[in-house]
Amino acid sequence: MHRTSAQVPWLFSMEIRMKHTPTSRRTFLSLAALAPFAAWGLTACGTSGPAGSSGGSGGATMWSLTGKPNETIRQNTVDVFNKENSASQIKVTVFQNDAYKTKIKTAIGAGQAPTIIYGWGGGTLKSYAEAGQVEDLTSWFTANPEVKNKLFPSSFGAATVDGKIYAMPSQTVQPIVFYYNKELFAKANAQPPKTWDDLMALAKTFNDMGIAPLSLGGQSRWTSMMWLEYMFDRVGGPEVFTDIYNGKANAWSHPAALEALAKIQDLVSADGFIKGFSSITADSNADQALLFTGKAAMMLHGGWTYGSMKNDGAGFVQDGKLGWVDFPTVTGGKGDPKNAVGNPANYLSISAKATDAEKETAKKYFKDGLFTKEEVAGYIASGAVPIATGIEDQLAATDDKDFLTYVYTLAKDAPSFQQSWDQALSPTAAEALLNNIDQLFIKAVTPEQFAANMNATLGK
Amino acid sequence: MSTVSAPLGTRRKAASARPERGTGGALAWLVLPALVLFLVFAIVPLVGVLLLSFTNWDGIGAITLNGIGNWLAVFSDPVMYNALWLTFVVMVVSWLVQTPISLLLGVFTAGAQKYRAVLAVIYFLPLLLSSAAIAIAYKALLDPNFGLAEGLKLPALAQDWLGNPQLALGVVIFVIAWQFVPFHTLIYQGGVRQIPRSLYEAAEIDGAGRVKQFFYITVPQLKYTIITSSTLMTVGALTYFDLIFVLTGGGPGNATRILPLDMYLTGFKANLMGPASVIAVILVGIGLALALFLQRLGGKDNNGSQLEGM
Repeated sequence: MHRTSAQVPWLFSMEIRMKHTPTSRRTFLSLAALAPFAAWGLTACGTSGPAGSSGGSGGATMWSLTGKPNETIRQNTVDVFNKENSASQIKVTVFQNDAYKTKIKTAIGAGQAPTIIYGWGGGTLKSYAEAGQVEDLTSWFTANPEVKNKLFPSSFGAATVDGKIYAMPSQTVQPIVFYYNKELFAKANAQPPKTWDDLMALAKTFNDMGIAPLSLGGQSRWTSMMWLEYMFDRVGGPEVFTDIYNGKANAWSHPAALEALAKIQDLVSADGFIKGFSSITADSNADQALLFTGKAAMMLHGGWTYGSMKNDGAGFVQDGKLGWVDFPTVTGGKGDPKNAVGNPANYLSISAKATDAEKETAKKYFKDGLFTKEEVAGYIASGAVPIATGIEDQLAATDDKDFLTYVYTLAKDAPSFQQSWDQALSPTAAEALLNNIDQLFIKAVTPEQFAANMNATLGK
Repeated sequence: MSTVSAPLGTRRKAASARPERGTGGALAWLVLPALVLFLVFAIVPLVGVLLLSFTNWDGIGAITLNGIGNWLAVFSDPVMYNALWLTFVVMVVSWLVQTPISLLLGVFTAGAQKYRAVLAVIYFLPLLLSSAAIAIAYKALLDPNFGLAEGLKLPALAQDWLGNPQLALGVVIFVIAWQFVPFHTLIYQGGVRQIPRSLYEAAEIDGAGRVKQFFYITVPQLKYTIITSSTLMTVGALTYFDLIFVLTGGGPGNATRILPLDMYLTGFKANLMGPASVIAVILVGIGLALALFLQRLGGKDNNGSQLEGM
């Protein structure tokens, strides 16, 4: 009852109660008597926000994400840093991924941001920078070239707004990888696709065998977006999205864009994606399960799924049944087959609202606390590639050396490493994009309608 | 809210007729905290949203005035009309599905049959679950590859329930009904128990059967209970967010993107607080209109007794 009356705006439910039940009026009044205390409790929470000077004069706060192994690795580096710097401590608060994305936005808007803001760079960072909420780190990087030089150069693109660097790249590089199930390919006596035509032929081969050609967690929408990211590149080269990113008029109607969209719809029509992909989510890892249980033969997904398939796949990865190749080329396409898409890194920014002492602590942490030997080793052991240069030997010494070396080379040698579109674009354009992609995949819009809808969001 | 309003009506009149002036002052003080709470948490945000609807704000940067630009944009957006239509469909179909079921179950559980208590407990189970838990459970059950159909080897169940735009809305309405029928059953159960036995005894003497008793005594006596339940159902349809957000996220495409979800996605995913505020104001307007309309349905003399002459 409590829950259901909460689903109605309480002014209505109150009115009804007062008219129809004699007893609830008394309950209402006794509740009202408690109200000031509740209100006091709420305001008390509101004012003791994280921006408050916690942990002494030089202390800094940091918000970050839950989820192993990265949570543990981050906490370890902070613990080591705190032990070595007793005067400037960092206090970490962790949040679940989706909750964090909403919370950090609200906190920054309310001027209650932590000193160190964890993020994904790109369009969201741009909106922070334009609102003057994050510190410009350009001169700091110029003064500390050794910090910049130990990181992948490609990781700085998504940290840069109008030529100024607003964030420190951190953690690992996560390209989108084309995976396939070697066992099923052996059964079908087929080779992994080199071209788009191969892929279309494979769709028929596997459908005839009663196996879904491609796994896709379509309800998550950004999963379907990865197909567009690669196809735009393979058909028209990285310039097509660069124009979109720069807000050039009608950039979504580029002939290469329309061709890529049409080809994707062809694949949908040919039952390339598993039946019911619109109701499968990536959060539940059901899409990965389809690949390692042999219900689907191929999957386009983030590099991070290697680790989870290794954990959940009951030996699928360990027994060498997981294969991966570069995304297929398109006949007559302009994109370099070595081009990749994905998340170039994660990003740490410093709140412009923090005190000078807090900012100093954060910068010291960026310089001395991040990318220590232990941290780099931790990420590699977790099955990911940190964005530090010169780690080839360390990668080659692991059980996962084949995959890690592939990811490292892909990320390091890619002529273009396009950041995921939903991160690169502004949140407004990104939401419109995901909504339209969802409609494209269920064929509720044509490529032309898709382009027209998206052209309206350019520059927003 | 489960009682018939008749006793309240008479008591109210008695209270206002009482000449004691002394308690009036004390009562006003008692109301004050509630009034403050209502102002701070209902009226102030409401005014705030109305003001925001005339501005541009991404939730982070500066708030700039935009006149009626957001209103024009929202009212020329086909997605909004689609959301409005879907909200209406969910509201009407939910009412049509839930009311008869809850009414019959309520009458049944109010009776004195054997095992009634056990059955009532089973019927009320969904009431104990949170919307998110219900959505996650249904999502797992309806999964086309790993769900119930696969587990029980029932090909008839193997539809793409949440991925097919034609089916998804129906599934959403079903799950909403599954969640809320117990609550409305509870309301009707309470209402039926308030009906005096003597009415049924009189009807029996006059030779009215069970069906006649139901239509000529139970339903008319439940008039205000039906209005209360319907108000909660229809106005509640304007706030169905959590369940749909977890179940389908508004998809596939825009097939289940009802107005409250549209508001959330516009405001907090697309960072368009202005247009989202416009949608919020529309929702408040519809909600108020509906609540007033349903109150009017009860007749002008809302406090009139149904037990005249008893």
